[in-house]
Amino acid sequence: MRPYTFAQPRSVREALRGAGPDTAFLAGGTTLVDLMKLEVVTPERVVDINRLPLDGITLDHKGLHIGALERMSDVAADRRVRENYPMVAQALELSASAQLRNMASIGGNLLQRTRCGYFRDVSTPCNKREPGSGCSALEGINRGHAVLGTSDDCIASHPSDLAVPLVALSTVVHLASARGTRSVPLDTFYTLPGATPEVENVLRPNELITGITVPRSPWAAHSLYVKVRDRQSYEFALTSAAVALGMRGRTITSARVAAGGVGTRPWRLTAVERALTGRPATAATFEAAVVRAADGAQPREHNAFKPALLRRTLVRALTELQESR
Amino acid sequence: MNPENDAGHGRSGVSRRNFLGGGLVAAAVTPLLNATAEAEAAEAASATAGGVAQVLVRAAVNGAPVTVLVDPRATLLDTLRERLDLKGTKKGCDRGQCGACTVHVDGRRVLSCLTLAASTTGHEVTTIEGLADGDRLHPMQQAFIEHDGLQCGFCTPGQIMSAVAMVDDEGPARSDDEIRERMSGNICRCSAYPRIVDAIRDAQQVMR
Repeated sequence: MRPYTFAQPRSVREALRGAGPDTAFLAGGTTLVDLMKLEVVTPERVVDINRLPLDGITLDHKGLHIGALERMSDVAADRRVRENYPMVAQALELSASAQLRNMASIGGNLLQRTRCGYFRDVSTPCNKREPGSGCSALEGINRGHAVLGTSDDCIASHPSDLAVPLVALSTVVHLASARGTRSVPLDTFYTLPGATPEVENVLRPNELITGITVPRSPWAAHSLYVKVRDRQSYEFALTSAAVALGMRGRTITSARVAAGGVGTRPWRLTAVERALTGRPATAATFEAAVVRAADGAQPREHNAFKPALLRRTLVRALTELQESR
Repeated sequence: MNPENDAGHGRSGVSRRNFLGGGLVAAAVTPLLNATAEAEAAEAASATAGGVAQVLVRAAVNGAPVTVLVDPRATLLDTLRERLDLKGTKKGCDRGQCGACTVHVDGRRVLSCLTLAASTTGHEVTTIEGLADGDRLHPMQQAFIEHDGLQCGFCTPGQIMSAVAMVDDEGPARSDDEIRERMSGNICRCSAYPRIVDAIRDAQQVMR
């Protein structure tokens, strides 16, 4: 690990003072400490934000508000989250391990870095880690990599489970800097790699995530997260699906669908949503709606199974959700 | 587990020997316990190792107050093992992937390899050494012995710390499948899993 200075401020204002490109904010540490050990991330200043008043879970007429420092395990266990936003709790419980969920914060979860093995290995070229050095994954081991939103410079998949249902539910991220605050929809918070894979989101170097708001909706309570992976537990997704349906009788009145494990960012599937809306919730509807879910996918040597696996994951999620009514 | 490997695979050239050497110099001039707050603060302000300001940590470890000056890069795992001589907590992968380093912070199971010692001030740390009540083993320790829930034993402290918090902090598991899922962060390369599950199932009956 490279040397850095360490600070433990008690207010957001104090934490943001002097923050810049060489500052890293430390919450749970499950990504940051790991990547500092690997020297993938080499900040000059580490600002421990765990003493900031950025905790709390509240539910009101606008929706669910979660402080950035709430831990994954606490959010997953919250009765209001489980009842009103089941796929959010499910995505959290299917993430990582109990120890990591006790440590990792919600803000940190949204900012966790890709698990691409080349990104994590400083001895190999990686455009995300070292812009212009090349992408080792294009012709390398790319079984876990993205097929949607990729570019010639980067095919790293976004690792967060939580971000998948949050994107489906039009979650808003709240940001603070020394100049003030702003709120950004999570869907546009994440950027595509394009020619600048080192940029992953619109967060500025001097900004901090303070919390998120998941809007209230008639469909969030009828939702499900399904995760498909190489082992049964403690593994990142090959594919995952977050589905929420608003129903009138047997008819789908509104649908929210997003996918994980397949995209360079959490992948909202608005075409699938449109194809479900107004139709009866039947197997035929589900099969027809997902036909074009992976349109535009660019599979590589080891991940060519992902488009088909994505379609089946979506059908399974929709079917299980419908059967759970 | 390579002792030369503590500073990671990176390119900093900071060897474990240099890194710990700096820490030990600092330790030699800093009493671990019972220093006055002002003296500690003064020392912390002036203490540097390799040009990096050291951080004064005041925490409780296994019920006893501990004051220790650390490099801001030091993990809780290395601090427990190398500075406080609590070697029951094991260093497996050192990357948050195996669970061997599991300890409790404020009663919750966490990975000490991804926890910076510098951020533990004001918190209560419990390690495997703090589990028994004198010579009386914790029911989970007893159950691991009775069920032979180990082979080489390297993952065992982490398994036991994880299992104790699983029951005490999060609530007993209702099935063997649930034990397996909730313990999935603790890898046993000898694959003693069936007996680990047996031990936890039994111990949680006693722990109620």
